[in-house]
Amino acid sequence: MSARAFTPELSAQVCAEIDRWVGKFPAGRQRSAVLAALHAVQHENGGYLTPELMNAVADYLEMPPIQVYEIATFYSMFETKPVGRHSISVCTNISCMLRGADDIVAHIENRLGIRTGESTPDGRFYLKQEEECLAACCGAPMMMVDHRYYENLTPAAVDEVLDGLD
Amino acid sequence: MDEKTVSIEVDGKPVEARAGQMLIDVTDRIGIYVPRFCYHGKLSVAANCRMCLVDVERAPKPLPACATPVTDGMKVSTRSARAISAQKATMEFLLINHPLDCPICDQGGECELQDLALGFGRGVSRYTEKKRVVADKNLGPLVSTDMTRCIHCTRCVRFGQEITGIQELGAVGRSEHMEIGTYIEQSVDHELSGNIIDLCPVGALNNKPYRFSARAWEMAVRPMISPHDCAGSNLYGHVLRGTLKRVVPRENEAINETWIADRDRYSCHGIYTEDRLNVPMIKRDREWLEVTWQEALASAAEAIAGAVADEGDGLGILASPGSTLAELYLLQRMAAGLGTAHLDHRLRRTDFRDQQADPVWPWLGSSIAGLEQLEGILLVGSNLRTEVPILAHRVRKAALAGADVGFVNPCDYEYLFDSAFVEAPFADFTRSLAGVLAAAAEDLDKPAPEHVAEAVSGAVVEAEHRAAARVLLGKERTLVLLGHIAQRHPRFADIRVLAAALAELVGGQLGYLPESANSVGAALAGCLPHRGIGGTAAQAAGYDVHGMLSSPRRGYILFGIEPDRDMAESELAEAALMSADAVVGFTAYVNDALLECADVLLPIGTFAETAGTYVNAEGAWQSFDAAADPVGDARPGWRVLRVLGNALGLADFDYRSAADVRDALRRELGEAPPPDNSYRGSLSIAALEPVDVDPAVLDVPIYAVDAVVRRSEPLQETVLGRARDESEEPLAASAS
Repeated sequence: MSARAFTPELSAQVCAEIDRWVGKFPAGRQRSAVLAALHAVQHENGGYLTPELMNAVADYLEMPPIQVYEIATFYSMFETKPVGRHSISVCTNISCMLRGADDIVAHIENRLGIRTGESTPDGRFYLKQEEECLAACCGAPMMMVDHRYYENLTPAAVDEVLDGLD
Repeated sequence: MDEKTVSIEVDGKPVEARAGQMLIDVTDRIGIYVPRFCYHGKLSVAANCRMCLVDVERAPKPLPACATPVTDGMKVSTRSARAISAQKATMEFLLINHPLDCPICDQGGECELQDLALGFGRGVSRYTEKKRVVADKNLGPLVSTDMTRCIHCTRCVRFGQEITGIQELGAVGRSEHMEIGTYIEQSVDHELSGNIIDLCPVGALNNKPYRFSARAWEMAVRPMISPHDCAGSNLYGHVLRGTLKRVVPRENEAINETWIADRDRYSCHGIYTEDRLNVPMIKRDREWLEVTWQEALASAAEAIAGAVADEGDGLGILASPGSTLAELYLLQRMAAGLGTAHLDHRLRRTDFRDQQADPVWPWLGSSIAGLEQLEGILLVGSNLRTEVPILAHRVRKAALAGADVGFVNPCDYEYLFDSAFVEAPFADFTRSLAGVLAAAAEDLDKPAPEHVAEAVSGAVVEAEHRAAARVLLGKERTLVLLGHIAQRHPRFADIRVLAAALAELVGGQLGYLPESANSVGAALAGCLPHRGIGGTAAQAAGYDVHGMLSSPRRGYILFGIEPDRDMAESELAEAALMSADAVVGFTAYVNDALLECADVLLPIGTFAETAGTYVNAEGAWQSFDAAADPVGDARPGWRVLRVLGNALGLADFDYRSAADVRDALRRELGEAPPPDNSYRGSLSIAALEPVDVDPAVLDVPIYAVDAVVRRSEPLQETVLGRARDESEEPLAASAS
């Protein structure tokens, strides 16, 4: 085997979570749990994955590391570069767009001083490029912050949410 | 498997096909061409390039021929307006992001994309937007990348997954941003990786050392045979004005399928090196002089005549097992003519105790393709992936098809499939093997043969031994294969007795992995001290390699050997050669050890510069012509031997070609001896005492096997090649 990057140990908590998912699949199909495993690892690592962590997942699920990289880079839910610890996704799909999502994005960009796809230098916020509808059209415009939905946004409502984060 | 045949119609022609077969296999069989990029007969179906779309009656859309199983009554049109328009549309999409930089692309002229663009592309591009740019990847010293040219057929990805068993490349990212790569910078290290160059239908993956050095249409294509291992892989050499520029596989389903090892592909870069011997040289008063062929041959003849002056006994002949059949046969005749029996090619073997029980020609014990049909294979002392990469691939295929494979090895080499493993330390190899034999005897409730009974009764049987025995038990087609480590082991005779007893006990075949490209040929040509041509017993056995070196001769002929690198006992060899009155070296390269010990150096061609014949592990005679012109004044080895034979006044040394020499040997062999590995010796072994072993002598690194490979810079720069240097450091330290 070629020299591979340092492979860290996964935490007991993450291992337990992966095992729970592995249990849902037939024996020998443990690699089906890779998505859940990557979610758990990313969550514990402050919102992004590193090659070392992906190697650890590959080792744990007995699959080639490149297959984990393929999956992690395919899905937009996984970050493969360091990002801010609070992830903000503003839906800009059609319903939200018609209800002023572009203004909401502009407001957040101005407030944080970053463009979409960037993180603040202090590592607090990450304004994620949202690729698809987040399925909350009835409350448009909306955003998702750290997996929670906030609907019927106004610039003031956005400020209130962001002020409440550490 | 469903063997039902169905009738379909392709382009109006009725065709019979096996139900469930893919349409493209049927059209290929009947010679109707369907364009394709991602489909490859040796790989799984991906159906992602969409180039093979064809028109199937009653199907709502064109279907990909590579992923459409045939059904009864199917009517297919590969050339209808709908099929052609679908193929043309696919072509247009594939070319959207392709740079069309054919004039500066090595693939130009031999490119599937270029060919199909000619057939299915538009004359003018309608695409005016920006093209995508993809950064190149560094995949190591063997494969160059121009990833902007990639059309995402994923053949290289599937090759890693399915053929080598270690996936190094993948499709990273999605949609418009998808790229083929390794994600983190990493080279492709598997010993068959170079094949992705041939698989790549565009110029994205190319031959790195060959890069920009010739154009496909300028080169002549010459069939060649690999000289580096006993498989005898079939090659094509691409030759530009007499110089071998690169090597690619020549398809031979029975031997190498469509693959070759990197060692075969890149060894050509070891041919044109600074240290080639360009002119004959002789040593006068410790000074090397460049001389004409006449002078050199006269000196050589004089030196040899001096060594055999009183009796032939004073001369020892050592030949590389990678020499051609003609060369080995001429050496044998020369030895006979001069009256010496000290003749050997088994340079890396050290245990000759039981050599009378060697088969006439030790062979694989199975055809190469037949390895895949075996149910159980036990490899004894073999680092198979480095010894014969192409056979390692066959064994892996057998394992994936359900065969049980086991290894009795000093280390647990990585094999990329499930296998049983018995740890047999270098020094204590026989004890572990006896354990497997004991386990098999116990399971069958049969006693082991008498001559090994004592060894077996003393063996300790543990779970690993039982697991290895189970690889062979209760099966019809099994093979116990003795690898290079076993054959080079100082207790080889004991190992062979045990392996033979095991094979006999379980009713399996005993096989040998021949040491080199022509080890089998050397045995047939009688390049042995104890046997003549075709295995006939010698009247008086001469010295084997060890004997020749430990009882130094007055003179030696070294044929194609670097004495410091090609022999198990290199220190002993150095001492013997230094003390000899005369050493005549036939060599392609100048080497310090040769300069030190030899008196005459005759430049001969490498495998690419000579015609000849190799007999591979399954006994196939494969002849080839010289692919490239010899370097400098070098001449094919058989020709030099022929002239030297005349100079020595030996009878019947007038041959016109290598084929003439081969035919003379064939006539002398008459009915070629049939393959028969069965062991008829009765070496009795009792003590299984550990022995002193130098692991580096037994396990020769993959890119150190012969002089040409050792000089191939690209191979030495690979991870496997660099591992060699690291493993050698402690050795060099201990030698000084």
